[in-house]
Amino acid sequence: MIRIEALSLSIHGLPILRDVSLAIGKGQIFGLVGESGSGKSMTALALMQLLPNGAEITGRAHLDEIDLLTQSEADMCALRGNEIGMIFQEPMTALNPVQSIGDQVAETLLIHDAATRAEARRIARDRLDRVGLSHIGMDRFPHELSGGQRQRVCIAAAIALHPRLLIADEPTTALDVTTQAQILDLLKDLVAEEGMSLLLITHDLAVVSDMADHVAVMQKGEIVEQGPTAQVLGQQNHPYTRALFAASSHQPDRAQMAGRAPLLDVENVLRLYPGPRRGLTRGDPVRAVDGVSFQLHKGESLGLVGESGCGKSTLTRAILGLDPIQGGAIRLFGEPVTPAMRNDLRAGIQVVFQDPYGSFNPRWQVEKLVAEPFHLMAAPPPDRRDRVAEALQSVGLQPADMTKYPHEFSGGQRQRIAIARALITRPRILVLDEAVSALDVRVRAQILDLLADLQSRLHLSYLFISHDLTVIRAITDRVLVMQAGRIVEEGETETVFTAPAHSYTRTLLAAAPRLDIMGRTGTNAAM
Amino acid sequence: MSRLPVSLLLGAALSAGFLAAALLSFVWTPHDVESLVIANRLQPAGGDFPLGTDQFGRDLLSMLMVGARTSIAVALVAVGIGITLGVPLGLAAAATRGSLLDEIIMRGNDLIFAFPSLVIAILITAVFGPSALNAILAIGIFNIPVFARVARGGALSLWTLDYVLSARTAGKGKVRISAEHILPNIANLLIVQATIQFSLGILAEAALSYVGLGAQPPTPSWGRMLAEAQTMIYTHPMLAVLPGLAIVLMVLGLNLMGDGLRDVLDPRLRRQRT
Repeated sequence: MIRIEALSLSIHGLPILRDVSLAIGKGQIFGLVGESGSGKSMTALALMQLLPNGAEITGRAHLDEIDLLTQSEADMCALRGNEIGMIFQEPMTALNPVQSIGDQVAETLLIHDAATRAEARRIARDRLDRVGLSHIGMDRFPHELSGGQRQRVCIAAAIALHPRLLIADEPTTALDVTTQAQILDLLKDLVAEEGMSLLLITHDLAVVSDMADHVAVMQKGEIVEQGPTAQVLGQQNHPYTRALFAASSHQPDRAQMAGRAPLLDVENVLRLYPGPRRGLTRGDPVRAVDGVSFQLHKGESLGLVGESGCGKSTLTRAILGLDPIQGGAIRLFGEPVTPAMRNDLRAGIQVVFQDPYGSFNPRWQVEKLVAEPFHLMAAPPPDRRDRVAEALQSVGLQPADMTKYPHEFSGGQRQRIAIARALITRPRILVLDEAVSALDVRVRAQILDLLADLQSRLHLSYLFISHDLTVIRAITDRVLVMQAGRIVEEGETETVFTAPAHSYTRTLLAAAPRLDIMGRTGTNAAM
Repeated sequence: MSRLPVSLLLGAALSAGFLAAALLSFVWTPHDVESLVIANRLQPAGGDFPLGTDQFGRDLLSMLMVGARTSIAVALVAVGIGITLGVPLGLAAAATRGSLLDEIIMRGNDLIFAFPSLVIAILITAVFGPSALNAILAIGIFNIPVFARVARGGALSLWTLDYVLSARTAGKGKVRISAEHILPNIANLLIVQATIQFSLGILAEAALSYVGLGAQPPTPSWGRMLAEAQTMIYTHPMLAVLPGLAIVLMVLGLNLMGDGLRDVLDPRLRRQRT
């Protein structure tokens, strides 16, 4: 039983958490939901006493009879990993790359003197079997495993000592949807079998509604609403809960304006990577994109959905003329796309990337950033500054923002700047490569609205690449489903989502967590 | 947050002190360093000669000041050679990662790295005759692969970032992207490396002068002052201690400054400090 009472936290005088109280029973799953910066992770770190320097904490936190806030550092070390296990979002960085997975799971046992070396290895094997890795050797290294397998290793290490509390901080956010479903199932099983308590921290309401018995909604360091999951998500008493819920299933208003004229014609495209080195020779080349064909029409919004490694980013780079192709043809406005294509052709297709932090040279001001694609024009337009100001206004920013640096903006604002930069050459096609995947739900809803609005005002065509089915459904007319370098299904978005023809599409749709009818939104259920 | 690390302040103060002494020596030294007045030989510190005189009656303080000038000039030009040749090579290698050009540049680097630098420096000065200029060339050549490596390593990680991709969709070529996006963002790495190489250059110059292959007499140099003092190390130890101390403090100052700059300029370390 975990009981937190009136927990407040400030770091260097800056308030982070205010009056957080919650209780998690044995064998319960407690969902902690909120947007980035709401204090979800800090609550977990406070429980673990892993707070940064300068942290001041008041209130109480008990794990059964143990008062967590008064333990010495040495006592906390004994508790961490033993009574409280934790898993993190990014399984690659949470594992030591130069240590075998068996050793990493056994390490937890050895640190706590819970077993001899031989015993620890035996228990580690047992735990790895338990998390579904019975076919994976103990001597394998993290880089040899997939993302889902790595997260399973992290879970095996976290539960090695049968902790009373397992904290999972966004455990599936970095994973594909089918992998996410498996990991969530595993966590559910473990909680039921081991009788642990699970504190599940996530930004994803659908995950919580699937998993949690109790849920707390956090905003700006405070829990604004909590209770049994069905009640909280069903009644949505607090306006913030309602806003989150609405944003999660947000459907921007879009005008149907797809024409029939193909702007972009992708025909039987083949993209090969050199095969793995075998001594002096190389193996067969890897077919990253394997005979893909589709057309993007004027004013259309086309989705490309697939899991990581399916080749969608490789295809995107070929379409943008960044990488050469080894077969087939890509034609933009009837002209071939190659890395050597003309600049005025390039100006017709621009791109917005996923990462709002990596998308900008941190040393440039917004004016220079947004104006960069002017390089595509023979001579920069004389009204350069006006054009930048206009582009900023069209994405909802101020012309005065021109003199600021990227770090002065939030994630959502940065994505607006990225869109402004893509629009500055007045392209006819915008490629959106996971453009809203890194954003909080409410910000994501705003950006989707902006994109819908821009499309109808500027008659843009979108190629929308995403792993997120909700987003694809909300913003596209037609969708392509990609698996292992091939398009396995293509069709009207609604048709594909309601009556998927290919087995892979059905798997994807089944794996996506659903935010079901329990909401006030009624039949307007999100994917 | 904005407090500068102590190591940076201390290192910068030491380095600035030596630099000031070197600059001052152009216009004023307590005594002429090239006039030998045997009557004044081996004077103790104090009075007319603040640090005493050597066996030829030259003022030690003046010699240390002019010696600083020699050391700094040699190390500075050598670092300059390393940066102006090494950084473009590293940027080119990163921009063409995996290509033949990349291989040629990096294997060439390995080749230079494979030779012990001081031995090659001795070889160069042995062939072309000992002089400050040849010492500069010898030290400078060995700075090239260091800067090429640092530039390539930093640039490689930047080439995978979205803003570089986005610059490519804006039709910019590799040279332009390297100059506009890559170089400014690896500048901090290069500055830190430059201070480290600068201190290594000072050490290398002192070593070459010590064996008589650096700056030639009558130009004073710390390394040669050490060499000349060693026959009298038991009778007049200060003759060896003073130039030795100068070398140690200068190198220490530059290393501290490099460490401190790294803390200030590297955003990852900066986050850890706060």
